[in-house]
Amino acid sequence: MTDREETVAKIHDLIDPFNKKGVDISGGTRFAQDLEWDSLTVMDFVASVEDEFDILISMNRAAEIETVDQLIEAVAQLEGER
Amino acid sequence: MSDLFSKFDDLIALREGLLSSGMTDPFNLVMEKVESPTVAICNGKRTILLGTYNYMGMTFDPDVIAAGKQALDEFGSGTTGSRVLNGTYVGHRACEDALKEFYAMDHAMVFSTGYQANLGIISTIAGKDDYIILDIDSHASIYDGCAMGNAQIVPFRHNDIEALEKRLKRVPEGAGKLVVLEGVYSMLGDIAPLKEMIAVSKANGAMVLVDEAHSMGFIGENGRGVAEAQGVIDDVDFIIGTFSKSVGTVGGFCVSNHPKFEILRLVCRPYVFTASLPPSVVATAATSIRKLMHGADKRAHLWENSKRLHAGLRQLGFTLGTDEPQSAIIAVIMPDLEKGAAMWEALLEEGLYVNLARPPATPANMTLLRCSLCAEHTGDQVEEILGMFAAAGRATGCI
Repeated sequence: MTDREETVAKIHDLIDPFNKKGVDISGGTRFAQDLEWDSLTVMDFVASVEDEFDILISMNRAAEIETVDQLIEAVAQLEGER
Repeated sequence: MSDLFSKFDDLIALREGLLSSGMTDPFNLVMEKVESPTVAICNGKRTILLGTYNYMGMTFDPDVIAAGKQALDEFGSGTTGSRVLNGTYVGHRACEDALKEFYAMDHAMVFSTGYQANLGIISTIAGKDDYIILDIDSHASIYDGCAMGNAQIVPFRHNDIEALEKRLKRVPEGAGKLVVLEGVYSMLGDIAPLKEMIAVSKANGAMVLVDEAHSMGFIGENGRGVAEAQGVIDDVDFIIGTFSKSVGTVGGFCVSNHPKFEILRLVCRPYVFTASLPPSVVATAATSIRKLMHGADKRAHLWENSKRLHAGLRQLGFTLGTDEPQSAIIAVIMPDLEKGAAMWEALLEEGLYVNLARPPATPANMTLLRCSLCAEHTGDQVEEILGMFAAAGRATGCI
């Protein structure tokens, strides 16, 4: 697996426990609208992503992330900055 | 034209759904008369107050009231000005002096509300490239202070020392760090492991701000709060507090030993761009703060009340926010909003006022009946309260 494929797979795994409605996850899946996550769920999920990749995703940054693809991009970028 | 209010439609519908069942609106109660810190008349009925944050019962203290009346006579009804212009009277200085003595700290700054104290201090001291690491269950005023500033905001799981430490270690080299904690978290009434959290923060080069709004006057040998009780108050850089709980009036403050603290009076916008507290308010606050320094007996009685209520509610079969009483707040966890609202109303009919707390103010979408005890509640009143919980709980099927 490439680094990116690995990141995608890890993020899918992290979404899983929060995906209570069993929505099919694609790059375009939106956290708020499609997964119907409220702000508390989003914060819990962001914390699990932070710990998995050993990065910080500030609330300011998280607010700009709406889709799975955008999250993957952000994680790749934050990992690069580390 | 799109209606800017359409974003509130879901909430309007939820509210109308509840009220159409004939339910009393829990967010629209009017106190017609207030007899004492523990009793008021609501809907013509004598009601025991168990949701006022009036922990030390100072609102009707004769010395406090006398000080307020004298200040009204001598200084008028209001200052009509900012603290940095015409709004600093001797009373404001006296109030800050009382705070410095109460906390044994070098500096004290009084704001017009506790909300503004958090808003002002947090938004001002953490700048664009700084990081604020805060407990996820922090009060709205802390989040709003974060939102008003430009810092990077990173929440961590409630009271989780390891989660805090991990995030501190991930902050880029050289960035400023502010850790924001609360002594008592007001929703569940649980306290923070400040000793461990402050040690971790200091080891990672962070400054620490602790909001002690719900512990002042009650927790700690001198009533300085949870940081005092856990022996780490000297490592706290900023303590935020309020006059609207144990002090018994309105207003907020920050105390600190930071040598440059006084500059905040010129750069903190929620301090500068609002009118200062009325002279009567700062006079009542200063008098109350000085009396709280000698409140050891009242503190002991309040702990007794808290322990008795906690044990009694548990015995009745209610689920509580904490396994042991940790503060003067006892949170009763309700299964859902409907049951919570029904129980709240049944208690009011019994003659007891508690706070109904619902999402998003509560953690994990819980509906809570939040009880805050007062040092002026008598032992008999606490037994009476337990009787009301038993009756209302059975009437609504909660127990």
